[in-house]
Amino acid sequence: MTNSVIPQTLAAQSAALAEGQFSSVELTQHYLERINRLDGQFNSFITVCPDFALAQAAEADRRRAAGENSPLLGIPYANKDIFCTKGINTTCASRMLAQWQAPYDATVVERLHAAGMVMLGKTNMDEFAMGSSNETSWFGPARNPWDTNRVPGGSSGGSAAAVAARLAPVATGTDTGGSIRQPAALCGVTGLKPTYGRVSRWGMIAFASSLDQGGPMALTAEDLALMLNAMAGADRRDATSIDRAPEDFMADLSKPLSGLKVGVPSEFMDAGLSPGIRACVDAATTTLQQLGAAIKEVSLPHAGVAVPAYYVVASAEASSNLSRYDGVRFGHRCENPVDLADLYSRSRAEGFGEEVKRRILVGTYVLSAGYYDAWYRKAQQLRRLIQQDFVAAFSGVDVLLGPTTPNTAFALGENVADPLTMYLSDIYTTGVNLAGLPGLSMPGGFVDGLPVGLQLIGNYFDERRILQVAHQFQQHTDWHSRMPVAAE
Amino acid sequence: MRWETVIGLEIHVQLAAESKIFSGAPTRYGAEQNTQACTVDLGLPGVLPVLNARVVDMAITLGLALDAKIAPASIFARKNYFYPDLPKGYQISQYEEPIVADGRIEISLPSGETKTIGITRAHLEEDAGKSVHDAFPGYTAIDLNRAGTPLLEVVTEPDMRSPGEAVAYMRAMHALVRYLGICDGNMQEGSFRCDANVSVRPLGSDTFGTRAEIKNINSFRFVERAIEFEVERQIDLIESGGKVVQETRLYDPDKHETRSMRSKEDAHDYRYFPDPDLLPIVVSQSHIDTIRRALPELPWARRDRYVTEFALSIDDARTLAADRPLAEYFEALVQASGDPRQSANWLNGELAANLNRHGLGIEACPITPERLGALIKRIIDGTLSGNLAKQLFEALWNLEGEVDALIDQKGLRQLNDGDAVRALIAQVMEESPAQVAQYRAGKDKVFGYFVGQVMRRSQGKANPQQLNELLKEMLS
Repeated sequence: MTNSVIPQTLAAQSAALAEGQFSSVELTQHYLERINRLDGQFNSFITVCPDFALAQAAEADRRRAAGENSPLLGIPYANKDIFCTKGINTTCASRMLAQWQAPYDATVVERLHAAGMVMLGKTNMDEFAMGSSNETSWFGPARNPWDTNRVPGGSSGGSAAAVAARLAPVATGTDTGGSIRQPAALCGVTGLKPTYGRVSRWGMIAFASSLDQGGPMALTAEDLALMLNAMAGADRRDATSIDRAPEDFMADLSKPLSGLKVGVPSEFMDAGLSPGIRACVDAATTTLQQLGAAIKEVSLPHAGVAVPAYYVVASAEASSNLSRYDGVRFGHRCENPVDLADLYSRSRAEGFGEEVKRRILVGTYVLSAGYYDAWYRKAQQLRRLIQQDFVAAFSGVDVLLGPTTPNTAFALGENVADPLTMYLSDIYTTGVNLAGLPGLSMPGGFVDGLPVGLQLIGNYFDERRILQVAHQFQQHTDWHSRMPVAAE
Repeated sequence: MRWETVIGLEIHVQLAAESKIFSGAPTRYGAEQNTQACTVDLGLPGVLPVLNARVVDMAITLGLALDAKIAPASIFARKNYFYPDLPKGYQISQYEEPIVADGRIEISLPSGETKTIGITRAHLEEDAGKSVHDAFPGYTAIDLNRAGTPLLEVVTEPDMRSPGEAVAYMRAMHALVRYLGICDGNMQEGSFRCDANVSVRPLGSDTFGTRAEIKNINSFRFVERAIEFEVERQIDLIESGGKVVQETRLYDPDKHETRSMRSKEDAHDYRYFPDPDLLPIVVSQSHIDTIRRALPELPWARRDRYVTEFALSIDDARTLAADRPLAEYFEALVQASGDPRQSANWLNGELAANLNRHGLGIEACPITPERLGALIKRIIDGTLSGNLAKQLFEALWNLEGEVDALIDQKGLRQLNDGDAVRALIAQVMEESPAQVAQYRAGKDKVFGYFVGQVMRRSQGKANPQQLNELLKEMLS
């Protein structure tokens, strides 16, 4: 068995497994070997778990031998290190949880494993998912397979890098302000943030509870649909998960796009957007038109306040969500505390990195007596306006298309000293989280050898539609199948 | 100067739910440390709260009993502060929109008057765990069994004007929550505890003085004493030229004093904000109506019915109606005996005394209302005298068996046979000529001698009324 016989996408691997071309154990060994050989350059994994993975693969092969044949059975995946996994460390890329093991599996993990998926390991990320470059990881930054001097984006940078480098066919991610879509864009892969409430947050370590949403990352929209079929669904353990009849996210993929109305938000195409990316968006609209879609300019008047509103809401929730890391029951605890205040302050000072501390401070500030109305309440008001903008836009179009990020991958260290510039890399993605809508990023070209992401935004629970548009686009383009040289 | 005391109470009612407010862990009291806490109660990374629907119904039940407004949508908020026994670093509570608001409750004052106390709000929240400071030298231990236990915090208007009124209110609320079955009322175990906001002002003033909050008082007696002490402290302070500062104080029952815990300046900024993990509690009118229909007859309605339907005194009626199992026992007893007045007397008298002596609640009473009712019936039909009935009561308490069988077995049937009594009287008169002479000479006191003698000869079974009549007739 050589690399050449192993197809790269989940869908193709699934078919090959069904035909008996190779076993799950062989497929898993293939990826473990690649991780072992290549990940030194990318640092996309925090933990690799070969024994665990091979045992799962052997079990998948047994299930298949017993007659089972489901699309995910025996398919390896990389799991963002924010999803709790029983028996395997879950670090959230923080010193605080560097040695921590959850006594339970996240719902997403339960579901993927029940479907027969094989967990290769836990991927690198920004600490507690706070960051857009993966540079805030306690375990060092992950690197972009297209240029290892550049960031893979964040926070799901490890997952994006692993998929781009073909160290896993698919991965999980989480998206609070763009953390699936932005790294997918920067690494040239396809990623989906589902509608808020679509995927259970149980066992997904919280950053900002009202914005966090788990989703799949892959090479193609079709693979995302296959993953989402397993990941989505109501969960009694998550009160914010939404109880809807199960749907097949594959159902509409093959439908043609004729009659589709695509809106391009003018605010996403303004001077802040790099010209190369603008050209990719324009080219994509041409492709979609050729496929039968009608393009229309729309307006999201409050798009400009999405980033500030987002940083107020997300930081407020984070400041509270991260209070539990106090050195008392689990996680990092300082040596020889002299009293309670010392235990708290040193455990937290040592356990958290700079960006996490910055957000805890911001969040604490905006919720403080006397500042709440000016900041937190105001941000919630803006959040409603942003949401209303999207509702108005969707009254005239079926999907929105625009860039995922204003620029391609930046150099490691380039924005570390300037958090505000870093935050602006999420300028097109945060509004989607504030509104709770589904959003997808897919490859749409290259600028100076670096991938460009196109963002598709759907109406509530309209994942099938954006997956359909992405799949149809990918049937007529090959940006998504380009592979970085470093991964060969 | 004369001073007026102003008191508002916050009572923490521990709801009698089997599982925690946001997790499935059990709420059992007294279990081994940290065995009643699950991953949610421990606040592990990745866990999420899910509201226990039972506690919402309990809050609505109390709200309806207090004639309060039930919010169609109320929200949970996070109250953020660090403490080792607060696992998440925040308590889930309700802040801006509580589930219950604007209610009232009638209390009975020692003077016999009643007064209505306004209920500002009642909100759902989770309890914290417990810090144990004396288990390991040099360390504080944490027991999270109590973490996540459902509480309903009931806040009054500043409507009480004396420690006595505060206690009367606390008793009324205690009786009500037990009556409704939403709290076991066990104060030793902390199921029902109270914070008191106390201030004083010159009599006649219509502005409030600065208040102090006395935390965590867990008995009726301590509430009274803590407030008494605090009122005196504040008056002394003001009269000696000082000023009351807004602060939180702790009552020490051993030293009978309140001590400052923290001043307003040290007060936490709790940074309340809506909990994004929980959806608003949405309560439909039809759900409220369903709970309303299932409400038991409330104690004050029951009390009034006992006065009009059973002609009980208001005091008897109040005592019997205040406790639901007692009221239910009473009503079953009336059913069985057919005599409300006798039923009330037995219940408040002999039965209450025996239960008390044995430390039993009415639920554990060894005599069913049917048996006690049969006893009362045998008094009414003359089979038993009061004295014999008391003997039978003892037998019923200790032995199995039906009333009539026990009457025969113990030989407790009253002697109602006039001829037999006459014979006994004649016998006594014959043996006591001197006493007969004395009586006939006008010494009425000797009458008692004859009663005693005949009773003794009848082994206490003579019908006392009949005996009196026959004695008078035969001695005259």
